[in-house]
Amino acid sequence: MAGRDVKTVRGRVGLYVTAFGFAVFCGFPFLWAGFTMFRQDSDLYSTQHNPFEYSKPATLEHVTSLFTDTPYLRFILNSVVIGLVVVAITLVLALPAAYALARLSGRWGVPLAIGIFAVYLVPPTLLFLPLSRIVVLLGLQDSIWSLILVYPGFTIPLSVWLLVGFFRSVPRDVEEQAQVDGYSKVGALVRTVLPLIVPGIFTVVVFTFTLTMQDFIYALAFISSSSQMTVSVGVPTNLIRGDVLYWQSLMASAMIVAIPVALIYNLFLNRFIQGFTLGAVKG
Amino acid sequence: MSSPAGTLEATRETGQGPSGGGRWSYFFERDRVLGPLMLSPAILYLVLVVGYPLLLAFFYAFSDVTVGSNKFDFVGLKTFKAAISDPTFKTALAHSFEITVISQVLVVVLCTILAFVLAADFHGKWFLRFLVLLPWTTPVALGAIIWLWMVDSIFTPFDWFAAKLGVIPDGGHLVLLGHAGTAMGTVIAVQTWRMLPLATVIVLAGLSSIPRDVEEQAQVDGAGFWRRLFSIQLPLLAPVILVAILFGVVFTFTDMAVIFILTGGGPGTATQVLPSWAFYKGINGGNLSVGAADALFMFPVLLGLSAVVLKLAHRIGGE
Repeated sequence: MAGRDVKTVRGRVGLYVTAFGFAVFCGFPFLWAGFTMFRQDSDLYSTQHNPFEYSKPATLEHVTSLFTDTPYLRFILNSVVIGLVVVAITLVLALPAAYALARLSGRWGVPLAIGIFAVYLVPPTLLFLPLSRIVVLLGLQDSIWSLILVYPGFTIPLSVWLLVGFFRSVPRDVEEQAQVDGYSKVGALVRTVLPLIVPGIFTVVVFTFTLTMQDFIYALAFISSSSQMTVSVGVPTNLIRGDVLYWQSLMASAMIVAIPVALIYNLFLNRFIQGFTLGAVKG
Repeated sequence: MSSPAGTLEATRETGQGPSGGGRWSYFFERDRVLGPLMLSPAILYLVLVVGYPLLLAFFYAFSDVTVGSNKFDFVGLKTFKAAISDPTFKTALAHSFEITVISQVLVVVLCTILAFVLAADFHGKWFLRFLVLLPWTTPVALGAIIWLWMVDSIFTPFDWFAAKLGVIPDGGHLVLLGHAGTAMGTVIAVQTWRMLPLATVIVLAGLSSIPRDVEEQAQVDGAGFWRRLFSIQLPLLAPVILVAILFGVVFTFTDMAVIFILTGGGPGTATQVLPSWAFYKGINGGNLSVGAADALFMFPVLLGLSAVVLKLAHRIGGE
């Protein structure tokens, strides 16, 4: 996306001041977390000095203890596995559904599309009570598979909604030409349409993955042993013991997850925005 | 939906091209078969993991089921009465609205300004984008922990700032989460902070879809910045902002993680919201039926949201 030029001096000053304000609002908690994670205990628990200075040398002790003394790596691994499997389930189910809604389903198309998106409005906070029973019945309690089972419940509706817009943006002629060339409908879809909506698939993958990372309530309700926990629930349950909070490690655990994901997001942000433009704006 | 499939399939039947296929595949080629075939797996999945549990939630709310027991006795509206008669319920409901409405108003204003900032060219834009994305890429539970450390401990930087400004005596403490008003303010700030990135991305998407020539024409015609903003850009952005609000309300109104970690609903019940109340009752208190009844009160709001979705439907329908 080409940026807009702001030419007047007053405009540019305003721009930088506003930008700085937002940087502080969004970034200050992370600045604070960054200062905290390398502090020694005696430095941390002292109100005597300027909180933005180190009175003792910085230490990596609390960052490394995250990996040596807690199953933090396990949490990350669980979150990644859950994210990837849910992304796969979501794509397998949402791609054909979105295509059918965009092209095939006739007068039922619109009500069905609305119905599927409305499913997204049913919140986890309403479903987790009955779902925790269902999970027990299925023998999936205390296993990452319980989360893999329920997360598509909110990722599919969103993905279908975004993908319908993408499928609509592909001219019908493209497929029809492929069919004239002798491909079946499904063949034409796979060979000509899917390559054209790669940005849409990309948007759905990124969005789905982030949504699975955000969940707290299902993971809290279904999982009780550390080896099966996600980052969201594993970190608070392992690093908050009664009244004792391991602040430096807690801050580090958040930063280690947030920064790489934000960097990746930032790298592909323009594509993501284009994805949303097609999927959610133009539809 | 009329389709030129007839002629196309006729072409295919002549056997030219890469697809083989006999009668069986011809059967699958028909729209009336292919459509439902592609749709049904997704719908089936949603019915199983959302539809069925939703029915169960209603079922629980009309029964006296608890975590320990397996028997369901229908007790009619008794559970709802019990849920409503709890004074905390009304407080929680009011807080849910307060937090959602105030934070979403803030988000809408801020994300629109931020989207205009990010649509302009300036030095350090890449870094600002990175900072803006951070609250969204941090799992909400961990974000809440950072805020907890930032506002709640006696080592908070805000105490230091406040002491420097003379608001509190040196060595004094604000105890932001210890007072009803400031605890509420903090929760609203966290919800605004974490929903701002997504809303901004959505509005940016809308902004990038406004044809540039519309704006340039207005500029040529002599419309100033504010005039262009209020009579051209904002009206064109309105539907997109609606989408952002929809996401924001769903995420904020139904969230319990921020409350669970930051305040536990306290001090007292000063920040208790419907989702966290349902969790404390249903899981911690072991009373599934009352928890489900509490959670069901989110439904009217979500139905209201569905109305918004229906308004958006003409867009979904592609007109």
